[in-house]
Amino acid sequence: MSENYAIEMLHITKRFAGIVANDDITLQLKKGEIHALLGENGAGKSTLMSVLFGLYHAEEGEIRKDGKTVEIRDPNDANDLGIGMVHQHFKLVECFTVLDNIIMGVEPNKMGFLQKKDARKKVLELSEKYGLRVDPDALIEDITVGMQQRTEILKMLYRENEILIFDEPTAVLTPQEIEELMRIMKNLSAEGKSILFISHKLNEIMAVADRCTVLRKGKYIGTVNVKDTTMEELSAMMVGRNVNFHVEKTPAEPGEVLLDVSHMTVASKVHKNNAVRDVSLKVRAGEVVCIAGIDGNGQSEFVYGVTGLEPLVSGQITLLGKDISHLPIRKRNVSGMGHIPEDRHKHGLVLDYSLENNLVLERYFEPEFTSGAGFLKKKNIRSYAEKLIDNFDVRSGQGAVTPARSMSGGNQQKAIIAREIDRNPRLLVAVQPTRGLDVGAIENIHKRIIEHRDAGNGVLLVSLELDEVMDVSDRILVMYEGEIVGELDPKQTTVEELGLYMAGAKKDEVSAE
Amino acid sequence: MLLLIQYTLIFASVLTLVALGGCISEHSGVINLGLEGIMVMGAMGGALMLRNLSSAASPFVIVLLTLCAAVLVGVVYSLLLAVACISFKADQTIVGTAVNMLGVAAATVIVKALNTAANPDDVSSAVQYAGTKKAFLVKIGSFEFNWFMLIAVIALVCVFILLYKTKFGLRLMACGEHPQAAASVGVNVFKMRYAGVLISGALGGLGGICYILAGTSEWRFENGVAGFGFLALAVMIFGQWKPQRIALAALLFGFFRALSNVYFGFDWLVNAKIPGAVYNMLPYIISLLVLAFTSKRSRAPKAEGIPYDKGMR
Repeated sequence: MSENYAIEMLHITKRFAGIVANDDITLQLKKGEIHALLGENGAGKSTLMSVLFGLYHAEEGEIRKDGKTVEIRDPNDANDLGIGMVHQHFKLVECFTVLDNIIMGVEPNKMGFLQKKDARKKVLELSEKYGLRVDPDALIEDITVGMQQRTEILKMLYRENEILIFDEPTAVLTPQEIEELMRIMKNLSAEGKSILFISHKLNEIMAVADRCTVLRKGKYIGTVNVKDTTMEELSAMMVGRNVNFHVEKTPAEPGEVLLDVSHMTVASKVHKNNAVRDVSLKVRAGEVVCIAGIDGNGQSEFVYGVTGLEPLVSGQITLLGKDISHLPIRKRNVSGMGHIPEDRHKHGLVLDYSLENNLVLERYFEPEFTSGAGFLKKKNIRSYAEKLIDNFDVRSGQGAVTPARSMSGGNQQKAIIAREIDRNPRLLVAVQPTRGLDVGAIENIHKRIIEHRDAGNGVLLVSLELDEVMDVSDRILVMYEGEIVGELDPKQTTVEELGLYMAGAKKDEVSAE
Repeated sequence: MLLLIQYTLIFASVLTLVALGGCISEHSGVINLGLEGIMVMGAMGGALMLRNLSSAASPFVIVLLTLCAAVLVGVVYSLLLAVACISFKADQTIVGTAVNMLGVAAATVIVKALNTAANPDDVSSAVQYAGTKKAFLVKIGSFEFNWFMLIAVIALVCVFILLYKTKFGLRLMACGEHPQAAASVGVNVFKMRYAGVLISGALGGLGGICYILAGTSEWRFENGVAGFGFLALAVMIFGQWKPQRIALAALLFGFFRALSNVYFGFDWLVNAKIPGAVYNMLPYIISLLVLAFTSKRSRAPKAEGIPYDKGMR
C-alpha cells in the first residue's frame, strides 16, 4: 500500500433492527492529518465511531491499524491500539480533580496505592508541550467547559494515544475557546498525532481539516481534499441538495409591543450576586430581538425570569398588556408565550415519555385532548402528534410512540419546535434553538422562526452563535455580566464590534426600548 | 459519666461501622437501604457462633471467629441486594426494603428452628451468649472497653485510605459519580458495584453483631436492630458520605442513644422528670431534624440509585 494510514475502516456495514445505520462505509485516516467526518444528525457518524470503539460489532467490513487487520471488541481494545476520543458529552467525574480524571483507568500505583507525583509531572509537561492550560488540582465542577475539554484531550495524551477523535468538540465552546481548540488541534497534528474531527460545522472543517469524509443517511458519499473544495460543495454532499446559508428575510415591520420587561432582576443559583440586574427591554410584533453574549452572562437566567422558571427578585413583565410577573408557567403559556428552552433534556422534553405525549405536554388539558371526566383522548393525541410529525419532519424509529430518549438530538429539537410553534404563541422565546444541529436542520429552524415573525408575532432569540445572531435577528441586545450593554443593528454592525460588546470592552447606556 | 462515655463509644462504633458500609456502597453507585436487614443477619451469624463456642476458648479466637461469622453472613446476605440491583437492575429502594423485611423475618425463623430442634419446648427466637461475650470486653478501671471500639477506628482508617489513597477507591467513586466515564476508561462498573455492596455487607454484618453485644447477654431476633440500619444511613448523610465526618456524626448520634441508657445516672436529668421514652426517641428525632435541615445542602454521589446501562450516554 502506497499510502500510510494510521487507521482504516473498510466497507463497514452495521444494521439495527429495521435500518442500516452504516452501509458499506470506508474511512481512511492518514498519519498526522486532521480528517473531518461530516454528516447530518442520524447520518451514521456515531454508529461508525461506536464500531471503532468496539461498542458495536459491524456485520461486514474490517478495521486496519497500520495496514494490519485488528479486532476491536471493547473500548479497552481501542485504547490498547492507541485510539482515544473526546466525547461530545464529556466523560469526566465532576467532583474529582483534573489530575484524578486524567489518571483514572491507568493509575500509577504501588500495590494499589496511588502515586500521583509522577503523574502530575507528566501532565504538566504535556500541558506545556501542547499549550493545554489546566490546573491539575482544580475540581472539574469548578472549571470552564473549555478547560474540561482540555482535560479530556490530556486524558488521551497521557495514555499516549496516537489517534485522537473529537466528537462535535465545538458545540459547547465560546468563539474564543473554539479558536483555541483549532490551534491545539493543529499543534497536535504537527506533532504527528492523527486526528478525526466529527462535525457538522462547515466553517470549522474548512479552517482546520486536511481531508473530509462525508456520510449521508448511513451511506458513504465521498472523501475530498478540503483545500480543493468549498463550503457549498460540502454542504451539498452532506444534505444532498444545495443549502442556503443566508437567511432569506424581508426587513422587520415592528408593530405593537408584545413583551415589556422593565427593571427585571433575577437571582443567580451559582453565586450570591444577581445574575440579571435591572434589565429592561421590549419585543414588538413582527421583529426578532436577539440577546447575544458569551455563555454565562445572565442570558439563561433572564429567560428563566421571563418564562417563569425562576422567580423575580424585582421588576415587572408585561405580555400583551397583561402583568405576568408572578404568574405560573402554564398561565404564561396560555397567555401567549412559547418557549424553546436552552436545555432540551432538562426543560424541553420528558425523555421517558413517548414522542406523542411530549408533543401535547402543554395542551393535554385542553378539551381536545382531555374529556370532561379527566381521561386523555388518546386517539386525538395520536392524530395531533402525527400531524406535527408530518409538518415538521420529525424523524424517529417508531413514529408517535418512540420514547423521546431514543431520538437523535436534532429530531428532539424539531419536536420541541413543532410543539411550541404549532401553539402559535404571540411571543416565542427561543434559546439556542439550533444548538448542536446540522446545517440542513438549522436552515429549516431559521426559516420557521422568520415565518413566525412574518405572521405578526414577536421572537426573543437567545444565541451564542454569532452567525445566527447576525443573520436571523432584526435587533441585537448584548448582555454582559447581567446587564444589557449595547443595542446594535445587525445590518450596520460587524462581528468584530459585536465581539467587543460581548467581551465587555465596549458599553453603551441603553434605554428601555 | 464514665458509663455515658462508654455507651456513647459503643453505639458510635455500631453507627460508624454500618454508616461506612453505606458510604462505600453509595460511592459505588448503589443505595444500600438494606443495611438494617444485613445488620440483623450479620448479628445472627455472630450470635450463633458465640453460642456454639466454648467460653473456655481463648478470647482472641472467640473474637476472631465471631467477627468472621458476622462478616461472612453479612456478605452473603448482601449478595442478594447486589444481584438484584446490579445484575438485574432492580429498583434499589424496593430491593433494600425487601432485604430489610426478609432479614428480620429470616433471622427469627432460623433461630427459632434451631432452638426448637435443640429443645422441642423452646420456641423463642433468643440466642444466649453470656459466657463467650466476655471475650469482647476488657475492664480498664471501671471503664468497660469493648474491642469493637478499636475495630470501628480501624475500619474508619481503612475506609479512608481505601477511598482516597488507592486505585480501587478512585475507580469506586467514579462508578458512583459517573459510571459512563469510568467505563470509558476501562473500569468494569459491574465489578466495582459488586465490590461496593459486598464491602457494605461485611461492615453491616460487623455493625450488627456489635450492636447486639452492646446490650444484654442474649438477643431476641424478632426485635431486629431497632432501626439502627436507618440511623446509620442518617449518620452517613449527615457525614456527607465522607468517612471522617461520618465518625463525628456517629459520635453525636451515639451520644443521644447512650443518654437513654444512662440518663438516670444524672440527678438533674432525673429531676427534670422527663419520661424515659423521650430519651429513647431522641436519636430518631434528632436524625429527623438533622436530615430535614441539612439534606438540602447534601451532595450524594451523583449516579447512586441508577442502574448502570451501557447504552446510556
